[in-house]
Amino acid sequence: MRNGLTTGRGLSMAAAGVAAMALTLTACGSGGIGNEGGGGEDTLTIGFVSTETGSSAPFGEANSFVVDEMEAYFKDHPVKVGDKELDVEIVVRDAQSDTTKAGAVAGDLINKDGADIIVASSTPDIVNPVSEQCEANSIPCITTVAPWQPFAIRSGDKPADLKYSYHFFWGLEDVATVYQGIWSKVENNGKAGGLFPKDPDGEAWGANFPALTEASGVKIDNPGNYPNGTKDFSAQISAYKGHDVLVGVPIPPDFTTFWQQAKQQGYNPKVATIGKALLFPSSVEALGPIAHNLSTEVWWTPTAPYKSSLTGQSAQELADAYEEKTGKQWTQPLGFAHALFEVATAAVTEAGSTDADAITKALSGLEVSTVVGDVAWGKDKNVPPYVAKTSLAGGQWRQVEGGKHPFELVVVENSLAPDVPLGGEPEALK
Amino acid sequence: MDWINAVLQGLLLGGQYALLACGLSLIFGVMRIVNLAHGVLAVASAYLALWLIQQTGMPSFLTIVIVIPVLAAVGYAIQRGLFNAALRHGELSPLLVSFGLAVIGANLLQEIFTADSRKISIGGLSTSSVELGQLRLGVFSLITLVVAVGVIVGLQLYLSHTRIGRAMRATKDDPEAATLMGIDERHMYALATAIAIGTVALAGVFLGMSTQFSPTYGDLVLIFAFEAVIIGGLGSLWGTLLGGLVLGVAQTVGAQIDPAYGVLAGHLVFLVVLLFRPQGLLPKAVVA
Repeated sequence: MRNGLTTGRGLSMAAAGVAAMALTLTACGSGGIGNEGGGGEDTLTIGFVSTETGSSAPFGEANSFVVDEMEAYFKDHPVKVGDKELDVEIVVRDAQSDTTKAGAVAGDLINKDGADIIVASSTPDIVNPVSEQCEANSIPCITTVAPWQPFAIRSGDKPADLKYSYHFFWGLEDVATVYQGIWSKVENNGKAGGLFPKDPDGEAWGANFPALTEASGVKIDNPGNYPNGTKDFSAQISAYKGHDVLVGVPIPPDFTTFWQQAKQQGYNPKVATIGKALLFPSSVEALGPIAHNLSTEVWWTPTAPYKSSLTGQSAQELADAYEEKTGKQWTQPLGFAHALFEVATAAVTEAGSTDADAITKALSGLEVSTVVGDVAWGKDKNVPPYVAKTSLAGGQWRQVEGGKHPFELVVVENSLAPDVPLGGEPEALK
Repeated sequence: MDWINAVLQGLLLGGQYALLACGLSLIFGVMRIVNLAHGVLAVASAYLALWLIQQTGMPSFLTIVIVIPVLAAVGYAIQRGLFNAALRHGELSPLLVSFGLAVIGANLLQEIFTADSRKISIGGLSTSSVELGQLRLGVFSLITLVVAVGVIVGLQLYLSHTRIGRAMRATKDDPEAATLMGIDERHMYALATAIAIGTVALAGVFLGMSTQFSPTYGDLVLIFAFEAVIIGGLGSLWGTLLGGLVLGVAQTVGAQIDPAYGVLAGHLVFLVVLLFRPQGLLPKAVVA
């Protein structure tokens, strides 16, 4: 009797556990950090959808620094709009790295905080719902830090028709070119293993990379997209043996598992170009010495010869200010978060009004020289009119003995970004 | 050869799952509580170990000497302060309390340690392997498997051969009768949780040594631990060991068929067990 009871009870608990776990996976994070308030006549309100918490939090790590800097800057430098000088109020709300929440907080910024313009910097999971909210409410929105294809192509294979959204970043074709540039400088046997997960990035890369890199003579073998959170990569490693090139876009914990296991099982490619997992210095440091000479794409680096159109800081000065204030190594999203405010300010100044349609019109032909380089819409016929492409370089993480940081990201490929100085040549992995 | 390799790697992976799952199994076995804060406690242990290493420079493996007692104390406090009270309000309450703990814990970790990915360095051990003919087995994974088996054997012996272990089982079987015999039910429950969270701490430190973790990494951990417990049989420690191994092998063999099916194969085995053998593979062992 007791036994039967126990089993029945156990199962209902198990079911409840699974249900609650599903909750845990979708809803994690803390409350928003918005400060209430609405823009008056003489205030320009910029709504910022940030990712302070949750899985995309590393992307948003530099945001609070940028917002503090910008608030200080705008205090002394009101924005000239027409013949008026407007105070700038920045309202930040946290999307908690959740795609539903991102749309909701964008709606709040528009309807509760009276934002005149919305900015967002993060993955497609965040910037796409933000842009949809802005389209629905007819409020201009500027987004970045998502390759333009997943931003523009939302369903089917045609770019969406967007009126109020403007995006600046690079595309998959650029990262493919950069990676090929790195492969071509390291002698290899023309065989590449593809490490692509089953997520939007992995699907897009896995589907497009083989065709995009065909001209390089390197053939990518993809044994199949694996789900994120995979804890064992023996199947991939045995499929990759004899492939000199490794290419992929895994999440950091999966790449660590993979790379350690590859070393254990004696798989040693000569060159590895890895997106996403090697973006942040903390992930590279966590890998330790086996991260030396792993390659990744570089969208922003302090050595780039660009300057902020607002503060006049060079890329190097911005990175130094960040490192001094936070005590942490610079990360690539820093430059782009800063550039969002440059673009927003330039658009409003150009529009001469805080009217949504005037700002949108100004954005459609805007050209700004920002701390991430030139951003210009309506110039490139190969991308939708609401996309402005920024330059992309390639780099390798090098372990530096006694340096300021344990690892430095050295630029080794700049065919698409000739302005960005090379810091060295691509080196083969040991 | 690839298939043999897949099975062996799966057994090693299973060791990690079993180690992670035994705390979950013990808490369920004694108190019928599904502890959803399990994953976040494992990650918190990894952070604590990392912090100790940074503060004192102590060797990575030595940190468990401090992390286990600290987390065991936390477990005792959680049981006495929260779960015991929640248990009086039906079986769903402790589940919800633990869910709340998981959310609060993950955010607290992020406030303290930021969202950066971290790893506990174990130097060359993370990439070293032993050769077995054409096969190569990771040394660290082997250590994890041995530790998992050791912990489960140890717990099993403790529960069946010590006074406290017997009192714990008695409380589980019939709380009223146990109370009549002079056993303090609340203390017994808290001790069981303390031991369980102690094993979670050990598993967490090993997890932190095996891969990168971040404050929200606990969610991913929880699912596999949970599946190992269900496959093996709820509340049975031997079952949990077997469940972990079965899950590990299912994932690696599934991935050998097609990398897309690795994790899915694990989920399917879990589903099949729930459908055809809901009591699990080894439902009734010493603790059940």
